[in-house]
Amino acid sequence: MSTTAVTQEGPAAVAAAPTVGNHVRDYWRRVRGGDIGALPAVAGLLVLCTIFSIMRPSFLTAGNFANLLTQGAAVTLIAMGLVFVLLLGEIDLSAGFASGVCAAVLANVVTVIGYPWYVAVLAAVLTGVVIGTALGFLVAKIGIPSFVVTLAGFLAFQGVVLLLMEEGRNISVRDPVLVAIANNNLPPALGWALAAFAVAGFAAVQLLRYRKRAARGLINDPLTVVLGRIIMLALVLGLAVYVLNLERSRNVLITSLKGVPIVVPIIAVLLVVWTFVLKRTSYGRHIYAVGGNKEAARRAGINVDRIRISVFVICSTMAAIGGIVAASRANSVDPNTGGSNVLLYAVGAAVIGGTSLFGGKGRVLDAVLGGAVVAVIANGMGLMGYSSGVKYVVTGVVLLLAASVDALSRRRASATGNR
Amino acid sequence: MSATPLLELRGIDKSFGPVQVLRDVAFAAYPGEVTALVGDNGAGKSTLVKCISGIHPTDAGEFVFDGRPVTINSPRDASSLGIEVVYQDLALCDNLDIVQNMFLGREKRSGIVLDEPTMEQMAAETLAGLSVRTVKSLRQHVSSLSGGQRQTVAIAKAVLWNSKLVILDEPTAALGVAQTAQVLELVRRLADNGLAVVLISHNMNDVFAVSDRIAALYLGQMVAQVRTTDITHAQVVELITAGRSGGLGLAADTGANGNGAAPSDSTTGGVS
Repeated sequence: MSTTAVTQEGPAAVAAAPTVGNHVRDYWRRVRGGDIGALPAVAGLLVLCTIFSIMRPSFLTAGNFANLLTQGAAVTLIAMGLVFVLLLGEIDLSAGFASGVCAAVLANVVTVIGYPWYVAVLAAVLTGVVIGTALGFLVAKIGIPSFVVTLAGFLAFQGVVLLLMEEGRNISVRDPVLVAIANNNLPPALGWALAAFAVAGFAAVQLLRYRKRAARGLINDPLTVVLGRIIMLALVLGLAVYVLNLERSRNVLITSLKGVPIVVPIIAVLLVVWTFVLKRTSYGRHIYAVGGNKEAARRAGINVDRIRISVFVICSTMAAIGGIVAASRANSVDPNTGGSNVLLYAVGAAVIGGTSLFGGKGRVLDAVLGGAVVAVIANGMGLMGYSSGVKYVVTGVVLLLAASVDALSRRRASATGNR
Repeated sequence: MSATPLLELRGIDKSFGPVQVLRDVAFAAYPGEVTALVGDNGAGKSTLVKCISGIHPTDAGEFVFDGRPVTINSPRDASSLGIEVVYQDLALCDNLDIVQNMFLGREKRSGIVLDEPTMEQMAAETLAGLSVRTVKSLRQHVSSLSGGQRQTVAIAKAVLWNSKLVILDEPTAALGVAQTAQVLELVRRLADNGLAVVLISHNMNDVFAVSDRIAALYLGQMVAQVRTTDITHAQVVELITAGRSGGLGLAADTGANGNGAAPSDSTTGGVS
């Protein structure tokens, strides 16, 4: 990594020419250097899916696929918010019960008071914002470690849910719009249209960036790789929409069941929005900076406290959205909504996806990939008839594996000077 | 050579509680020249730099920048004047790449979207202007750089903003021989590009290799500011350790009380 060859065009042009071979070699070098990103999650997903499909053919059906997506939705949404907190090297243990509190608020507003669904959703999301602001304030301004603050939140919010539920009664949610979120599907045509729109949008962004960089003579990814990415996305989305648009009803005469579950585009939109925020705005850049070197960020004039508070707000707000989805899926809210394993599954999802517990490294996409792994484990093990005891143990082991991969790749990275 | 200093400090006093860290310090930095600021640990080098960069307010004294009297109350004031400090710990984010680090906190945007191509181009131009050819790609993470390259990035970050005065705090302290030479060459080039450079260093070889002037602090007092060509290695060491060397520095008898210690800022040299 010391002095390398010199060309006339200056420092930027010294890097290897942008050919596919070099791109692949670069990637491989990064992986060997400890920057493995989402590789374990993708590999794990493939392995798990293969095993489950062989052992239980019912795993690989359209019905189960749709089921899996709605099962994993709430955890994935909470994990997406957790990524922001983890990027600063902080933790939010209260996210699970925060989603429970927000769901309880939703149920109270829509069922007990009887306001329309959008008022209830707004109230739930606002509750999330308030919770996040309070947690962030305690961490950033008072200076209590986030572990302690959110552990206190974990305990307290559990109580708040009970209080809102009047000691353990559960409140049903029957508003058709709210129920539709996690239980209904898009019309097949709309599914195709959205998928096409997503691919077209992705292609436009990628190609535009390619052209802009090429016009300025900057180093570019090879066009083949750019096109490959677009085609890959088109294939994955196309396959998913095709499978989900198959008839999954047991008896078509009674009811027809096909189309993309409504939560899927909700998750997709949030994924795009948060990825944009993290990668393309200075706010996102500052989050990475604070996670990487707080002192450097402070000297660069970044308001570190504001960033720290804001990530807790984002996390709790995403928890609120997760809570709404969970309430919709269960058609009700009970004192255990957002409880038991929800938080640990969410943290697990973010870490399995490749977000570092040490801060500074992670993507929103990690939460989605990791959420998929967690959902596949829960779903597959359920199909195989294992007890929840076994499920918990396996999920715990997988989380531990992911955290070790994170820690080991970090060590490897510092050994090879890659991080 | 250049007669008017870019930055001139006169009569700077600074105390932390009962401890007077700087007393009646005069200091000048000239455009196109490297001024080495030397002194033993605790002599007040870092405090002086922090006063210049606006981190510490001064108790007394005046700042003249570019011929105008100015007040510097915050780091923001300093950077708006064109004063940039490269601290010893560099303050780089390991998880960001070179371009991202250079523009940290001052990102170029179009609308709310980061303008990456412009930033990358400006970073490339700045590095090319400093004749830096040792980095492979502007998009590699800072963590993958060597110590000298990291120092280079930190310096390039400081000069990116049309700064006029760059203060370097021990830039070679942690570097090997080859990398030290690289960084010193870069320091020299900054001055040759017309910037005023202040170099804090403990290493006399470095000081004599690149500096045009040497300013020596001894227990909070500026004991000498002379041309490098007018002074010897041994004399500088004496100034640092004893506060005087022959006719330079504190007068022999009044040295301890500090009142009569007018800094000898003579370009004609006071070597006897």
